[in-house]
Amino acid sequence: MNVVLITIISLGALGTLSAIILYFVAQKFKVFEDPRIDQVEEVLPAANCGGCGFPGCRAFAEALVKADDISNLNCPVGGADTMSAAAGILGKEVAAAAPMVAVVRCNGTCDNRPKTSKYDGASSCTIASSLYGGETGCSYGCLGLGECVDACNFNAMYMDEKTGLPVIIEDNCVSCGACVTACPKNIIELRKKGPKSRRIYVSCVNKDKGAPAKKACSAACIGCGKCVKTCPFEAITLENNLAYIDYEKCKLCRKCVDVCPTNAITELNFPPKKPKVETAEAAE
Amino acid sequence: MLKTFSLGGVHPEENKFSAGKKIEVLPVPEQVSVPIAQHIGAPSEPVVKKGDEVKVGQLIAKSTGFVSANIHSPVSGKVLKIDDILDASGYKRKAIIINVEGDEWDETINRSDKLITEISLSPEEIVKKIGEAGIVGLGGATFPAHVKLSVPPGKKCDILILNAVECEPYLTADHQLMMQKGEEIMVGTQILMTALGVDKAVIGIENNKPDAIAHMSELAKKYNGITVESLKVQYPQGGEKQLIDACIKRQVPSGKLPIEVGAVVQNVGTTYAVYEAIQKNKPLFERVVTVTGKSVTKPSNFMTRVGTPISQLIEAAGGLPEDTGKVIGGGPMMGKALTSIDVPVTKGSSGILIMPEKIATRKPIENCIRCSKCVSVCPMGLSPYLLMTVSDKAIWDRAEEEKIMDCIECGSCSFTCPASRPLLDYIRLGKGKVGQIMRSRTK
Repeated sequence: MNVVLITIISLGALGTLSAIILYFVAQKFKVFEDPRIDQVEEVLPAANCGGCGFPGCRAFAEALVKADDISNLNCPVGGADTMSAAAGILGKEVAAAAPMVAVVRCNGTCDNRPKTSKYDGASSCTIASSLYGGETGCSYGCLGLGECVDACNFNAMYMDEKTGLPVIIEDNCVSCGACVTACPKNIIELRKKGPKSRRIYVSCVNKDKGAPAKKACSAACIGCGKCVKTCPFEAITLENNLAYIDYEKCKLCRKCVDVCPTNAITELNFPPKKPKVETAEAAE
Repeated sequence: MLKTFSLGGVHPEENKFSAGKKIEVLPVPEQVSVPIAQHIGAPSEPVVKKGDEVKVGQLIAKSTGFVSANIHSPVSGKVLKIDDILDASGYKRKAIIINVEGDEWDETINRSDKLITEISLSPEEIVKKIGEAGIVGLGGATFPAHVKLSVPPGKKCDILILNAVECEPYLTADHQLMMQKGEEIMVGTQILMTALGVDKAVIGIENNKPDAIAHMSELAKKYNGITVESLKVQYPQGGEKQLIDACIKRQVPSGKLPIEVGAVVQNVGTTYAVYEAIQKNKPLFERVVTVTGKSVTKPSNFMTRVGTPISQLIEAAGGLPEDTGKVIGGGPMMGKALTSIDVPVTKGSSGILIMPEKIATRKPIENCIRCSKCVSVCPMGLSPYLLMTVSDKAIWDRAEEEKIMDCIECGSCSFTCPASRPLLDYIRLGKGKVGQIMRSRTK
């Protein structure tokens, strides 16, 4: 009996002592964490894609809580809804950022860009591009090994076997930019989605002079400058034999598309200009 | 027992078809394209412009730093333009394109064949002149020679090692050069010894070249301090660190240069170029190139001007065989497949290897079976299978811990892998990334 009693008392005393020590230690080393971080993280999409520029959603939530002005922070995945929800929790102002989408600026399909060599090395764009310029005469264009598709976490890309180029599924693309970073040739760009998803962009990154560019790929930008002269809004610039359309200035008038001699300028999601007579007849 | 390096190594089929073929002087082409980046380091700066008349041996592009090299005109004629041309890897690089007119040499170059054994210059003057002559490592790495010869303060060099191993299968350029220009190489060695202030030099030759070993040993008797070391055939014995280990049994520590153990390594081709630069005042604008392959009708060794299109060399060796699968610049182990045969010969072109399609294509990649053959052949004692995995998974800190930067890219691992995994491709990717990270850290 005596033994039981001693045990209870000594263990009880030891437990109380430890509790007291732990209490003071907890007080001393207490880490204050803003409860709003948890709340903001709750409304974020939890994709942890890094599209915002921070390593994961929690880091972004911390940044949102910490920053005084959050107008330059944006979660591309959640978009305006998520950002206004986060701003509501924090009581801060946020301007809705224009939705973006990735575009592949290369139209070097197997038909447009004849092969001049064959690569049978490791199936990685980064490795291939460090070894040589590519299987065709164009050393700027898509290598077609699909590193961008591997990088995409949202099922928004696939390789078109017919053209050998990656295709972006607009509805799934959250513009996180993972493919942009993955591409060693810097072909993929994030551009403004545009009204009704209508976009115009130069689908080429070849900086060669006109003749070699055209020889390597029939859909290459040859740097002729016709689009620059045609554009009424000064949205197009020409640098290193390559035209670039500023999506902030572009008013989607499509004049440049018409004048481009190599069809290097791509328009997306526009209604066809002249409705085809045959299709109308077929419908009847 | 013959000496060799202590760790790993492989012995691929030697296939030295062009061995014993006398060096032929290739006719000067009608047009040359001389790239301005032919060496490791900063690209040179052109000092000629469109329309300029140039002579053979005239400076056409100036070195732009300590680790950089001068480039001299390989032909006489008129500069057509300075433009971007396709290089061996299919990228556009700047080159000086010269239309050839006649073959008029700079007057200061001594064109006689007479051997000049007397060395009149001081060590500093020799290093300076080697730098001016634009000499780079001709084994293929193209590291500027004067940089290696400038021993950093606090370090001491006590031995010169001459790399005459030519461990790459197929290639015979150095072998043939030794047979025909042995005396000149001996004098070149003496010049390098003077420049470094050493009294010992070892010429390392693999024993698949018994004629070269006999010839060089005979010549070495006449010169003080030079010995010839016969080595067991083992790839990659031509790697600097492997050669030092094989010849003098000193191990270069990880991440350090050979000078750390008091040795400087130079290639025999480079040594011959040094002889010509110092004794004949001839800058580096031509070199011996082996053109070979299993189906090549006339495997040959050509003395070729820099800037000559590779297609012309292939033509001289009997044309492109019908079953060609790949044309490789360099040897089969470390060379690179060319995307076009119109690219020019550069200072680093040791060989043109034409591979039949049957043996040129890579086998399909299979899963790693953990046989650890790659580990046992790695001459640097690394674990290639692991380095490939961490590079693929982008675990760069682990790659650094596993000493990825020690890889000499010899390709023994990829060569030996029974699952045909592209080990070296991934390791090279990892090396690039880890190197970037390490450099950004020191900034």
